[in-house]
Amino acid sequence: MSTLQRVWDSNFAYQFRRDPVAICSALVLLAFVLAALLAPWIAPQNPYDPLQLDLMNSKEPPAFGGQGNPDFPLGTDDQGRDLLSAILYGTGISLLIGIFAVMLQAVIGVSIGLVAGYMGGRVDSFFMRLADIQLSLSTLMVAIIALAVFQAAFGPQRYEDLAIFMLIVVIGIAEWPQYARTVRASVLAEREKEYVDAARVIGLSRARIMFRHILPNALTPILVISTVQVANAIVSEAALSFLGLGMPVTTPSLGSLIRSGFEFIFSGQWWITTFPSVVLIVLILAFNLLGDWLRDALNPKLYKET
Amino acid sequence: METLAFLIRRVGQAVMVMLIISLIGFSIQDNLGDPLRELVGQSVSEAEREALRDRMGLNDPFFVQYARFLGNAVQGDLGTSYFFKKPALEVILRKFPATFELVLAATLIIVLVSVPAGIFCAIKPKHIGARLIMGLSIVGISIPVFLTAIFSIYLFSIELGWMPSFGRGDVVELGWWNTGFLTGDGLEHLVLPAFALSSIMLPLFIRLIRGEMMEVMRTEYVRFAQAKGLHPRRVLFVHALRNTLLPVITVGGVQIGTLIAYTILTETVFQWPGMGFLFLEAVNRVDTPLIIAYIIIVGLIFVITNTIVDLIYTYVNPMVRISGVKG
Repeated sequence: MSTLQRVWDSNFAYQFRRDPVAICSALVLLAFVLAALLAPWIAPQNPYDPLQLDLMNSKEPPAFGGQGNPDFPLGTDDQGRDLLSAILYGTGISLLIGIFAVMLQAVIGVSIGLVAGYMGGRVDSFFMRLADIQLSLSTLMVAIIALAVFQAAFGPQRYEDLAIFMLIVVIGIAEWPQYARTVRASVLAEREKEYVDAARVIGLSRARIMFRHILPNALTPILVISTVQVANAIVSEAALSFLGLGMPVTTPSLGSLIRSGFEFIFSGQWWITTFPSVVLIVLILAFNLLGDWLRDALNPKLYKET
Repeated sequence: METLAFLIRRVGQAVMVMLIISLIGFSIQDNLGDPLRELVGQSVSEAEREALRDRMGLNDPFFVQYARFLGNAVQGDLGTSYFFKKPALEVILRKFPATFELVLAATLIIVLVSVPAGIFCAIKPKHIGARLIMGLSIVGISIPVFLTAIFSIYLFSIELGWMPSFGRGDVVELGWWNTGFLTGDGLEHLVLPAFALSSIMLPLFIRLIRGEMMEVMRTEYVRFAQAKGLHPRRVLFVHALRNTLLPVITVGGVQIGTLIAYTILTETVFQWPGMGFLFLEAVNRVDTPLIIAYIIIVGLIFVITNTIVDLIYTYVNPMVRISGVKG
């Protein structure tokens, strides 16, 4: 039997096929990822190229209202940027930041969680105390303060070039306790099992036992929280950009597009804020629904109840 | 005796966290902007600058400067705001009532809505209303707080014209405090921001209370109470609800930091004249003393509320008091 066939027949895939919500959210996510990847080819305009922007076209209403310019299906922003193109590129930036930030979180959190869980004792209580403090300070608060200080230190001009990198690093570092706690909990359970004793008896190094033997058995919960973590990272990025601490208006993410349109909703240009907002909400909702489904599907405890 | 030991340990921890926050605040001051330039401008010669630096102690070792900073901070001196030309602490505290009232109103909404809604969803999970609440809650969790704020302004202020869209309205001065609770205009201005701020926590608490309630309802002691023939309402509110609230207190404590972060977003959208709005203005103006004062004040609020939450938790959960371990 081929691997593909085995995957198709697995309980996991079976549950997926039976759940319309899961299928829908997966399809929506797939569509967003494809749209973002193909943006340079399908977008009517390159929103980063100032030469393609014409101020004469600024604040055009969406074309479907009957009064807009058919060149700009979703209208334009105050710079004359085609909103559809900006959203396609912006979705890409939001996804990019979200995924890389979560990868960074996972690397830091999984390493700390493995070490804390396996070593126990003082190391464990130190890291868990640190995680408690970090969690209660809240990601957004830590990120706002860190980015505010960086922005003040670098000056707005230089900060614009570094923004994407800073966002990934700050969101990545701020959320490590989520992974650390999850991994630690599974390590504590795995540590007592016989295969770990066996590995220790044949003299394998600690690092090898942790990463090669325990980690593969602790992967399921990591997978479960990752989906929701990407959604959280995207929300954080949007919030930070909305506050003016994230992506600049010249290379907008969804959050900075919402920010740039916010001042115009009072003068009737609702579309600049509304369309990126809708895309952002649908994106996050799809991630959250898929994450919820994943948690139910992979968690054997809940499995029995339903 | 155990309670006292626990109290001392908790206060010690709070002091540690405050020291770390003040150290961060101090390193920001040390690295961000030159206090001398703010004082004297460009025209003063290098020798005079150096003399002034010496006199102000800017050439002292790091820890001497930090100790001085700490000493001043404990006495309530967090420097002078570059922009307002007033003590930073005074500027921040002037804005504190606005933020506090916003958080208070949002907390009231959260408690008054999430407890009944959570209980309802737990005891009647198949009811159409419960399904609706659960469905809405996942949508609610997915809408970032600033979007709730923007769209509530768009709908209620711009389209319908029912609600004011920015500011705090009329406030009444009560000594150093000013309140918007006492005027109709102030209350009207409070509705949308408080709703927006509570919107993100509401789904979280509804789901939490529902989950805990369902778990508690399956425990032996609740079943026994039911079997004994106690009135269902009594079982629910006297026996089950108490144990449901324990995790809610813990999560509430963890969420305080998040709530403060969301006040920055909510205040920005509604131009609510609170501390978060002031902080973002200070960031844009690179008003270092004000940035540091905000970090320290928020850190202090956060540490105090967390310590209080922990003490309440020990008080209502005797298991913690006996073993000394948070369970």
